[in-house]
Amino acid sequence: MPPPLRPRRRFRQPSVIPGFGLTLGYTLTCLGLIVLLPLAALVVRASGLGLSGIWEVATDPRVASALRVSFGVSALAALTASVFGFLVAWVLTRYEFPGRRIVDAVVDLPFALPTAVAGIALASLYAPNGLVGAQLAKLGIEAAYTPLGIFIAMVFIGLPFAVRTVQPLIVEIDREIEEASATLGAGRIQTLTRVVLPPLIPAVLTGFALAFARGVGEYGSIIFIAGNLPYVSEIAPLLIVIKLSEFDYGGACAIATIMLGISFVTLLVINLIQAWSRRRFGYV
Amino acid sequence: MTGSTAIRVETLSKTFDTAAVLHDLSLDVRAGELLALLGPSGSGKTTLLRIIAGLDFPDRGRIVFGAEDATRLPVQQRAVGFVFQHYALFKHMTVADNIAYGLNARKRADRPGKSEIKRRVGDLLDLIKLSGFADRYPSQLSGGQRQRIALARALAVEPRVLLLDEPFGALDAQVRKDLRRWLREIHDRTGQTTIFVTHDQDEALELSDRVAVLAKGRLEQIGTPDEVQEAPVSSTVLKFLGDTIEVEAIAQGGEVRVEGRLTPVTAPAGLVGPVKLYARPWQLQFAESHEAHLHGTVRSSYRSQGRQRIEVDRPEGKTVVVEASDTARLPAGRAVGLRILAGHVFAG
Repeated sequence: MPPPLRPRRRFRQPSVIPGFGLTLGYTLTCLGLIVLLPLAALVVRASGLGLSGIWEVATDPRVASALRVSFGVSALAALTASVFGFLVAWVLTRYEFPGRRIVDAVVDLPFALPTAVAGIALASLYAPNGLVGAQLAKLGIEAAYTPLGIFIAMVFIGLPFAVRTVQPLIVEIDREIEEASATLGAGRIQTLTRVVLPPLIPAVLTGFALAFARGVGEYGSIIFIAGNLPYVSEIAPLLIVIKLSEFDYGGACAIATIMLGISFVTLLVINLIQAWSRRRFGYV
Repeated sequence: MTGSTAIRVETLSKTFDTAAVLHDLSLDVRAGELLALLGPSGSGKTTLLRIIAGLDFPDRGRIVFGAEDATRLPVQQRAVGFVFQHYALFKHMTVADNIAYGLNARKRADRPGKSEIKRRVGDLLDLIKLSGFADRYPSQLSGGQRQRIALARALAVEPRVLLLDEPFGALDAQVRKDLRRWLREIHDRTGQTTIFVTHDQDEALELSDRVAVLAKGRLEQIGTPDEVQEAPVSSTVLKFLGDTIEVEAIAQGGEVRVEGRLTPVTAPAGLVGPVKLYARPWQLQFAESHEAHLHGTVRSSYRSQGRQRIEVDRPEGKTVVVEASDTARLPAGRAVGLRILAGHVFAG
């Protein structure tokens, strides 16, 4: 009698596709070498200053203000990008119009454009003598060289994330649930707010998180339009570059670690909200 | 209970792009009846249902609810209950919230109080026999349960008419049978005027008070299941209601002959000359050669549910299916004669 079959390893699922060992090994190696190792080096370097040293850097008025600008403006920009990105995604999936495919392709441009190019383009447009900047100046609005400029650049680079995360879900919306809502007597606004939008909330949050993360880390497209005035329109990544150019590696790493910490906590919170909303409004 | 006209459909026409899907279709729906719209795919039955609901609008014609012209009335104000083939439940809401949706969607002045809504939802859950499921989400339910929730949701708003679009189309055979019987029960209990669309003739014949047979955007016939089966007005209706055997025949003076031999079928007055005779598989009987209307050889046979179905090849190449009681089995290759016991004739 042959011995009973026993699974060889418990966590290994039978599959028709080979390569579990190889792919898992590759994944862990990549994650370790490319993501975790540099981050660890960063933290190790920063820890050379000690907790009090990091605290000192964090509370330095110039650093604190740069962090406030970076995270505050990123959040606002991500919020804006989420709202308008949702509208763009909605229009692109729900309506047929000439040039729809072109517009759809244009959405990806901020992904593809070198950020410095985007930065220079934005700066020249919004400068007081630029095409848009001149009009804004008449209204008494200064866009370039202020936090507003940073905001504009961050919305620009964040928009594609917001669009591309919700778009596939809008495509998948079953038109019949809208019709069902209408037959039950619900008006259009009610149908939109109670039936169509709730299942999209997790995706909108994902888009927000991505746009936010991108905004916080963005450098190239911002520095040209920001003007980089300390205490006003200086972003934290620029401060890191300044510290590096002054050979203050410890200080640069300290700011970086603080950013890392704040980003980590922010993304964690967003993920928790997402998990909750998925349970609440979930597409299961 | 059934009697007065609840919905009148008047000379309805609808064209999508360039293809006409409904031609001058008129139809009366009686209050309290369960009406089946039966037809093959592309017959326009779903479009008709959607126009009655207000989800589509006709190019010409009118929809009248009672005495009110509803042709231009938006769907929200029509007070119809619509049940979709794929349920269309709100996945992010619990079963109770799904059912209460229509009541919660009302303007504050017309909206029942919270406790009243809760009570109504409870009653409906009892009606559909899913009392313990109020706090579940649709994804936790089976297809049949989901469709029952969809029905309760539609009934919650106390619609003037309940419209069901292939309500059992996505379910497997056994569940479908149970739900049919159950829908009939619910209808008998509530007396709700109901129209349902189906392409399954068994479903239509079993469930409905009256069947409207649609083909190519026109109403072929409307009548009770008995009427449409016993007196189909056209070969289209006849063929759609079940398997048929088509035989060339000659009609004269009310008599119908097949291959020169008289059949028990009578032709309507005025129908003379070459005609088509249609018989059901059980309206044929094996017979001695000298009594037979048709001849052929047995190709194959199988037994199912106490009946035997035999395929017979006729000399001119057509194959007919004959249904007989499950007695002696006929071996393949045996030459047989078939006698026509009943049928219908239409102009060829």
